[in-house]
This record gives sequence, C-alpha cells and structure tokens, in this order.
Amino acid sequence: MLTITDLHANIDGKEILKGLSLTVKPGEVAAIMGPNGSGKSTLSYVVAGRDGYEVTEGSIVLNGEDILAMDAHERAAKGIFLAFQYPLEIPGVTTMTFLKAAMNAQRKQRGEEELTTPDFIKRVRAAADKLGVSQEMLRRALNVGFSGGEKKRMEVLQMVLLEPKIAILDETDSGLDIDALRIVAEGVNALRSPDRSFLVITHYQRLLDYIVPDSVHVLSAGRIVKSGDKELAHELEKNGYRDYVADAA
Amino acid sequence: MAAVQETVDKVRSVEVDAYKYGFVTDIESDMAPKGLNEDIVRFISAKKDEPEWMTQWRLDAYKRWLTMQEPVWARVNYPKIDFQDLYYYAAPKRSPGPKSLDEVDPELLRTYEKLGIPLREREILAGVEGAAERRVAVDAVFDSVSVATTFKAELAKAGVIFCPISEALQTHPELVRKYLGTVVPVTDNYYATLNSAVFSDGSFVYVPPGVRCPMELSTYFRINEKNTGQFERTLIIADKGSYVSYLEGCTAPKRDENQLHAAVVELVALEDAEIKYSTVQNWYPGDSEGRGGIYNFVTKRGDCRGDRSKISWTQVETGSAITWKYPSCILRGDESRGEFYSIAISNGHQQVDSGTKMLHLGKNTSSRIISKGIAAGRSDNTYRGQVFAHRKAKGARNFTNCDSLLIGDTCGAHTVPYIESRNASAVFEHEATTSKISDDQLFYCMQRGLSGEEATALIVNGFVRDVLQQLPMEFAVEAQKLIAVSLEGSVG
Ligand SMILES: Nc1ncnc2c1ncn2[C@@H]1O[C@H](COP(=O)(O)OP(=O)(O)O)[C@@H](O)[C@H]1O
Ligand SMILES: [Mg+2]
Repeated sequence: MLTITDLHANIDGKEILKGLSLTVKPGEVAAIMGPNGSGKSTLSYVVAGRDGYEVTEGSIVLNGEDILAMDAHERAAKGIFLAFQYPLEIPGVTTMTFLKAAMNAQRKQRGEEELTTPDFIKRVRAAADKLGVSQEMLRRALNVGFSGGEKKRMEVLQMVLLEPKIAILDETDSGLDIDALRIVAEGVNALRSPDRSFLVITHYQRLLDYIVPDSVHVLSAGRIVKSGDKELAHELEKNGYRDYVADAA
Repeated sequence: MAAVQETVDKVRSVEVDAYKYGFVTDIESDMAPKGLNEDIVRFISAKKDEPEWMTQWRLDAYKRWLTMQEPVWARVNYPKIDFQDLYYYAAPKRSPGPKSLDEVDPELLRTYEKLGIPLREREILAGVEGAAERRVAVDAVFDSVSVATTFKAELAKAGVIFCPISEALQTHPELVRKYLGTVVPVTDNYYATLNSAVFSDGSFVYVPPGVRCPMELSTYFRINEKNTGQFERTLIIADKGSYVSYLEGCTAPKRDENQLHAAVVELVALEDAEIKYSTVQNWYPGDSEGRGGIYNFVTKRGDCRGDRSKISWTQVETGSAITWKYPSCILRGDESRGEFYSIAISNGHQQVDSGTKMLHLGKNTSSRIISKGIAAGRSDNTYRGQVFAHRKAKGARNFTNCDSLLIGDTCGAHTVPYIESRNASAVFEHEATTSKISDDQLFYCMQRGLSGEEATALIVNGFVRDVLQQLPMEFAVEAQKLIAVSLEGSVG
C-alpha cells in the first residue's frame, strides 16, 4: 500500500526527516508514536504533499506509484487523507458546501460523475448521524467557532465521506474527552477494511485501546527507531521515550 | 508559499490574457466626428430629437465642464485622457428603431450568446414563447442606443415606465425634466458634468405610488465602438410607497485602447418607497501588462427624499482597468435608510478606488456598509467611504464593516474612511480587517482534493458571502461564477 524509503526532508533548509523508512500494508493500522518535535506532523505533511517541504532523498510509493511529483490535490484524489492535528477554519464556507466541493473535486479528478444533490445529502446525513455531528453544525461555516472536539469529529466525518485508501490521523485524540474519543474511534474502526490502511499518529497509548493497531513504530529525531506490535505502545506508556531519544542522539 | 505564488502567477498569466469576453462585434456605427465642442453637443441632442430645454441643459453642462479640472485625489494612475480624441456619439446603423426583437440584428443576439447571458434571458431577448415566466425585463443598451425593449405591456399594466431615457424624453418629458439632475447636479464633478453634456442613452424607470414593480428590471450594458466614450444616463424614480429592484450587468469586448466610461445613475425614492439597485460589473480589465481595459469613472447616487424611504446598492466589481466609483445615499427623509454592499475584486494591474458615501440629513436615519475587497496580482484596491451626519440628523446610525483579503504579496489593499458627525446623538460604528489567504488554509483545501485555484475561489466565495446573499438569486449565481473566473486559472 504505502512504502516510504530512506526519506529525507527539509523545511526552510533544516532537515527534519532524516532517512525515514516505513511500510504500511493493505488493511494495516500502523501507529506512529514519538516525542514532541520528532517529526510526526512533518511526516504527514510530506506524505500529503504540502508545499514548502523539500524532499532531498528517498521515495514515497502508493500502490506502486511514486507520488512525490504530485500536487496535494492529486494525492488526495489518489486516496491519501490527512486528519489535521489543527483543523483550519474556512469563514463563510458552510460545512455542506465544503464537503460537496471536496467530494466532487476528487471525483472530477478521477473522471467520475459529480454527485447529485440528493445522493450527496443522503451520504452526509448517514455519516453525520453516526458521528454525532448535528445538522446545525453542517450549516455553519467549516470549523468556525467549533470546539476542539467538534473539529476533530469533523475531520473524521470528512474521512468517512472521502473514503480514502490511506488515512493519516495526526493526534486526532488530542483535545477529545472520553466520549468523543470513543465516537471517533468507532468511526475509524467502521472504516477498517482489507484495502484501506491507517497511519495513526498519537502521543498516548489511550487512543490505541480503542483503535487497536497492527503495528507500532517509534519516531524519534526524524527516523523510525523501533517497530513492534501493540505491546510496544504499552511499554512506551510505562517507560516513556527516554531510551529512544538517547538512541537517536 | 509556493502554492499561493503559483496561483497568483497563473491568475496573472492565464486568466487575464484569456479574458473570455474578449471579442469584437462588427456592427457599423453611425458616428459623430472625434472631439468635443458645442456643435457635437447640439448634434447629439438633435440626433435624439430632444426638446429645446434639454439641448440647453446639455450646453450649460458643457460650458461648466470647460471650467473644471479632472480630479486627482483617487488612488489611481492612468495616462492623461485626451478628451478631443474620443467619439461622443455612436449608434448601430439601423435608421428607424426596431419594432420587435425579430428585427434585432442577429449579430447582437450572437453577442449576447458569447457574453453568456443566461439562456432564459436570451430567450426573452429572442422573444421565445414561455420565457415570460422569468419575469425579468431586459432593456438592452447596445452601445449608445437601446435596440431592444421587452415586457413593455406588462409593465405598462402596472403603470411602470421602463424605457430608454431618450424615449422618455419624448413620451414623458415632464417626469424627466422634474427629476433629471436633482440627485447628481450638472455641476457635481468633472465626469458627471461631462456626462450631462454628452450622455448617449440609458434607462428610465418610474414606478407610480403604491406599486410594487411586478418584475426585476435588468439592463445589459455593452461598450462596442472603438474609442467611444460611453456616457450612460440612468434615472430611476420610485414614487410614494412603491418598490423596484433593478439589475445592471456589464461585460465588454477586448480592446487595445483604453476606453472611458463615465456613467451617471440617479435614484429618487419618495415617501415609504424602496429601490434596490444591483450591479455585476465585468468590463475588460486590460491584458497581463495592464494595456487596454476600461476606465470606469461612474457617479451613482440615490436620494432617499421621502420619510421612511430606503435605497440599497449592491455591487460586484471584477472588471475595468481603473474603477472610480462611489454609489452613495443622501438620507434626506426622516427614518430613511441607505445600504451599500460591495464586492470589489482586483487582479493583474487593475486599480480600484471605490466605496460609498452615506450622508445623514434627516432624523433617525440609518445606514449600513459592508465592503469586501479582494486584491490579487499587482493590483491596488482602495475602499474610500464617507459617513456624515448633519447637525439636524438626530439619532443617525451607521454600521460599517470593511474587510480586505490579499492574495499573494504584490498587491495592495487600503481603507480610507472619512467619518464626520455634527450631531452628538449620532452613533457610527466602524470595523475593518485585512487578511491573507493563509498557506495553511490552501493546503487544507488542497488536501481534500481542490486544486490551488479551486481552493482560492472557494475561500474567496466564503469571504464575500455576506454580500452575495444580498443579490437577487440569479445574479448571485452569476456573480459566484464571475468570482471564480476572475481568480481561477481555468477559462470558460
Ligand atoms: N516551518 C518550519 N521551519 C523550521 N522548523 C520547523 C518548521 N516546522 C516544524 N519545524 C521543526 O520540525 C521539527 C518536527 O516538528 P513536527 O513534525 O511538528 O513534530 P511533531 O509533530 O512530532 O511534534 C520540530 O523541531 C519543529 O520545530
Ligand atoms: Mg505534531
């Protein structure tokens, strides 16, 4: 599904990712854990194709296709979805308008028909109900005045509607209370399927009690320094990142 | 950063040059010689078979104009206009005016098609059966002479007069004489005075007391003759307790020379009357080097003459090389209300200096100004607004909100408010913000599948939403498209 090999990436001339390699298989849920500033968000941005990041070495291959030359919106249409650590507000653009624009933009790129309005509304209603997103929220400008938890739920709603091949969740658990966390996790779990993968970036073991990962990777100073199964997350919870930070330094 | 820069570059290189309405219609003109003097003024008046008082009115304006100086206070730069190098009269060659739409030059109908005038309106223009449900009357001003007028009968039934002003001078001279120049006096400003001397044609609307105009009135203006200054004159009168909504939309063919447009629009609202005036303006802005394009120096003013009257201006400005335009309201009647909703988009090398004036004269008058300026490319976008309360304007209230959005870092946005209150009980509120489309927002939208241009258009449409909502439905849709077209790289 996703193969990252020896990835080196700079921002403003500073190297943040320093030879990162990672493979995520179809249907796999991979957790990325690591201390603050280790490059977790940077990894998600580079995979999603954000401007301003310079890849100096290595490759990112999605389903056999090198995606490094593609623009962000092209990668989105190929099935890469990023749930942002800090979702953006788009004043004046209602959530409904935004969702429709996004869904149809991806369909257009893939050469598919645009959604009819009734079909679109049906899909949004169904997904919103499951995630506890109210009709009122859908009518408001996207993320404007939403609480932290509402914004995260809105990210998951978008993920459900856009049906990605690989979803990267960047600290989607931060700022969520336990009920919201459960709803979000259920949303993710409902999407798990043999041909969809997840990269779950988190700081805490807590989320992984709800979204049980197939693999856990420790990111430190721009590299994956240890990989294991879900037990690794528990170990990190107990001992912290001390050992790995030292290793990397 | 790079995404924004790329958008800006695309906008600059692709869109501006590939201006989709850049074409020229070939209709022979019956033109007066170049230049301006008393004889030309008399020629124009004679061509239209005007009453003697009208000829004299024009001549007085002309003499006044000779003593005036071109204003220099606006934040716009352009080469000096040689007023002797312009034509002041041009008309499609067609001796007696057409009796019906069937007689309209097919070339003109094709022009409407290229302009993307909505199908139903083209049907109305083409006289298609059933198109009447739309209930939008189109009085097409093609160059200087109106060649198509529709829905006359239905309007006449309601007692509404909607016709070219040249026709009104023949059929209702007393009404024209009573109101013409009472809102924008002959002496008002350089361009308005020039317009008074040489105005070609325009629309005339009179809504009788207590009548709610049964349809929205709509005019498409075109500028079509080479080097022809266009001097439209519009006069709208809403008598006591009446209501009218008027839509004006413009596009223009591509040109090498700059073209001057100096229109005057006068609105008069008597007691309890309401006038809603909406404009979508999309004149040729010039090429990517800033060559060509329309100079749009317009005087638009509404007079809330009666108590409890209301005038509301809504405008979407995307075109012209230079825009100099301040639709204003004189709030003379007690409890009268003025509104100004504006979206002004500048791109390429465009220069926009626009805004409004709200002059509070009566008691308990109120006004509201919502202005959204969007600057991209190397353009300059200035909001200039004046709010004034007279000594007697007890309880006057104004709310002003001016937001500017910058796209890229080679453009400029400026806000120049003038606020003056001579009555202690007046309450004026002013809010202003300037923001940039952030790289974060662009990336967020692109991550969801929108291209950089689509993302920019979406964010801009959100930014202007408050104003778009003020437009009549069909205009709002058109305006939204126009905004996308003027900012996206995609053409057509
Ligand atoms: N625009 C930038 N310019 C320079 N350094 C940056 C920039 N953005 C992030 N960094 C640095 O990159 C490192 C990794 O950041 P980030 O990927 O956000 O870490 P994480 O998500 O793991 O907390 C940090 O040291 C951060 O300060
Ligand atoms: Mg982070």
